[in-house]
Amino acid sequence: MATFDLKINGKQHQVEAAPDTPILWVLRDHVQLVGTKYGCGIGQCGACTVHLDGTAVRSCSLPISAVEGKAITTIEGLSENGSHPVQKAWLEHDVPQCGYCQAGQIMSAAALLKDNPSPSDADIDAAMHGNICRCGTYVRIKAAIKTAAKLG
Amino acid sequence: MALIKTTYNRRSFMKSSAVAGGGMVLGFSWMASCKPTPEQIKAMPKEWFDVNAFLKIGDNGMVTIMSPNPEIGQNVKTAMPMIVAEELDVDWNDVVVEQAGLDTQNYTRQLAGGSQSIRQGWESLRMAGATARRMLLEAAAKEWEVPVGELTTSAGVIKHEQSGKTIGYGAIASSAGGMEVPEEIELKDPKDFTIIGTDRQNVDGPKIVTGTPLFGIDIQEEGMQIAMIAHPPAFGMKLKSFDASAAKGMPGIKDVIQINTLPKDKQWSDVNSFTDLVAVVGNSTWEVMKAKKALNIEWEAADKLESSEGHEATLGQLMNKSAKEPSRKDGNPTKAFKDAAKVVERTYNAPFLAHNTMEPMNFYANVTADKAELNGPIQTPEFARKSIASLLDMPEENISIMMTRMGGGFGRRLYGHFVLEAAAISKAVGTPIKLVYTREDDMTQGTYRPDYKVTYSAALDKDNNITGFKIRGAGTHGSPLFANRFPAGTIDNFMVEEHKKESNISTGAWRAPRSNFIAYAEQSFLDELAEEIGKDPIDLRLELFDRAIKNPVGEKNDYDAARYAGVLKLVKEKSGWGKSMSGVHRGVSAYYCHNSYVAQVVDVVMNDNKQVVKKVYCAVDCGIVVNPMSAKNQIEGGIVDGIGHAMYSALTFKNGKPQQSNFDKYRLIRISEAPEIETHFVDNGIDPTGLGEPSLPPIAAAVANAIYKATGDRLYTQPFAGSRPVLG
Repeated sequence: MATFDLKINGKQHQVEAAPDTPILWVLRDHVQLVGTKYGCGIGQCGACTVHLDGTAVRSCSLPISAVEGKAITTIEGLSENGSHPVQKAWLEHDVPQCGYCQAGQIMSAAALLKDNPSPSDADIDAAMHGNICRCGTYVRIKAAIKTAAKLG
Repeated sequence: MALIKTTYNRRSFMKSSAVAGGGMVLGFSWMASCKPTPEQIKAMPKEWFDVNAFLKIGDNGMVTIMSPNPEIGQNVKTAMPMIVAEELDVDWNDVVVEQAGLDTQNYTRQLAGGSQSIRQGWESLRMAGATARRMLLEAAAKEWEVPVGELTTSAGVIKHEQSGKTIGYGAIASSAGGMEVPEEIELKDPKDFTIIGTDRQNVDGPKIVTGTPLFGIDIQEEGMQIAMIAHPPAFGMKLKSFDASAAKGMPGIKDVIQINTLPKDKQWSDVNSFTDLVAVVGNSTWEVMKAKKALNIEWEAADKLESSEGHEATLGQLMNKSAKEPSRKDGNPTKAFKDAAKVVERTYNAPFLAHNTMEPMNFYANVTADKAELNGPIQTPEFARKSIASLLDMPEENISIMMTRMGGGFGRRLYGHFVLEAAAISKAVGTPIKLVYTREDDMTQGTYRPDYKVTYSAALDKDNNITGFKIRGAGTHGSPLFANRFPAGTIDNFMVEEHKKESNISTGAWRAPRSNFIAYAEQSFLDELAEEIGKDPIDLRLELFDRAIKNPVGEKNDYDAARYAGVLKLVKEKSGWGKSMSGVHRGVSAYYCHNSYVAQVVDVVMNDNKQVVKKVYCAVDCGIVVNPMSAKNQIEGGIVDGIGHAMYSALTFKNGKPQQSNFDKYRLIRISEAPEIETHFVDNGIDPTGLGEPSLPPIAAAVANAIYKATGDRLYTQPFAGSRPVLG
């Protein structure tokens, strides 16, 4: 056990955990931010995607010992009241079905648009390749990212 | 307007009451949509006529539907309020669905499955809305001493034009609740609908996109511990012994225990594989995951350890064996094949599949000496409660089950062994726990889609007329065939034979059970047959449907040939079938299941020598479409799901052990592989039918038929990419 000082969604948190604890479980079990989802634990499905200093990362494979001093942003901190262009576009296109993977999808999409404000289809495919949607909402995810690009 | 009775066979589908603190509650029967024949009515359980859903109108005018059906992503939580709001004449935003906990006093048939929620709720929800509106009108008429016919409603307000009086639903609801339920009410003519048939966003959308806790895995309760299970690594193995000393000493670990989850009364068990498990309980998920890895468990073989090769061989043998009795036989198929000028015979194969809901199995349980509280994602809470009552030897009324939103179902959460595991663990350790499966647990302790094999044979005369047709199918724990579905009824000499093979691998319902395989085989075979005969594949199908319409063979044909033909004609028109497009290779397929008809045309293009599914045109006849935006989402999802599993996914076994346990080895479709999809609905005003499943079954054949056009190779075995590494 060790004590770590984390900056999550702009707030400081002091967390007692083993150094190898993945950020995913720090968020879900220690900080009670459960919007970030567990899907595979090996960085293959993208359900756990968060931003680390603005870059999309798989929080299931990122130990707490590697993030001190860096800013973590989760789906809960992406915007006040769901006002981020990606969140608005997700609602406009009525993207979710079961909804479980969508926090990860939104975080990947938001990171993409930050770096590339008007992505091509190929850019979207490349950036979103790591996010599985078992319900098959990919068609709408693509359309919503394009709408978000216009909103942003 | 259509008149409809609120009673059937002298039983009322409705009962009303005023509620303390103001407002009214109208109870109604979810099953009122069933229109049984007198014969059926004798066979129907009494409770089907009981009140099992509720409409509450609060004194503030807010309308709540207490729904017995859980939400698994099929978006009934949005569609149901739309239906009620339409007939009640309120703003649909003023109607909300409350997910009811398990309450067998008031609810029956509480499950999501078989694409039935809207089909069965359709008429009862309309009836409830219309009845409540009528009672509110009568209460207002009584209060104002005017004829009820002089009153109108608009957006939750009753108005008397002559006097200018108005009153909101909330203000009159208490009086209305005390009135008699009318024996007959009027439903709107579908052409007057203003809410049904319009696009409405998912009511849970804002919560989903902001990461608000909604799912079972998100549950946090005071004093709750995290639990995980270790199960045998292979089907056919069982627990022999374990040494937990290392795990018990690890940080945060409260206990390591052995549990048994077999209910005393076997009829309440759907566990057909692992019942003796080791459970680790501790403070946090990561600590428990690590301790689980430190367990030293000895497993032993208790039964045969099966491999995919053995299953394949057994299925192959069954293809050479006649069934004792055919499931269907028309005419004289033996003679037709003996006299045939040509016989076309092809065999199709598909592997086991895991469900892989994105949210792994999980459940919250708090079992104390005299009661059990459970909460989580389960499609069959009623069955789960009976199982738990038997397992814990506790009266059912002391057990409560709440249901959360589910991170995917696809049939997996019909099988509630994880609910029993959660209860057994909580009882053993004496604290509330949340059981969470790792992805590996989830994929390797499944209730899989069975592996299947089917052989289609057609007899042709010298003029290429189809004179005979035989289908022989087999699968683990059951055949994939529906004996009376198309092409039954279209060919004079017709035979269906079914086999099943036993196995200790657990199988179960998987999105569009059986249809998810057989549509691929049937529609691939018809494509090949059309080519052999020299006909356009759509024309061949339309000719067969024409036969079924004009002069059907046999009496039991479980489809409406005219509606079937209707979706084919619609997709033909919308896709511009027949026109030549450079570099585009097309395949077609159509299938009927869950009371709905779907036809698809797929465009495949070659890109860097890879076949890419570029576009799908889809025609759907599911009757009235309640919420087109959401309905299209379901159709698109089914298509993407169907393409993905046909192309890429398989679960294989070696000595009983699943060879894939996570998404690195078990391949699911990804965004770059999803095609553009264009969906068209048939507008026919018929009551709504299933939507969550029907778009999945036909797509695999449409893809296979298009790939054949692109490459000249027929695809007889799923997953297609398994044998064709160049697939894009």
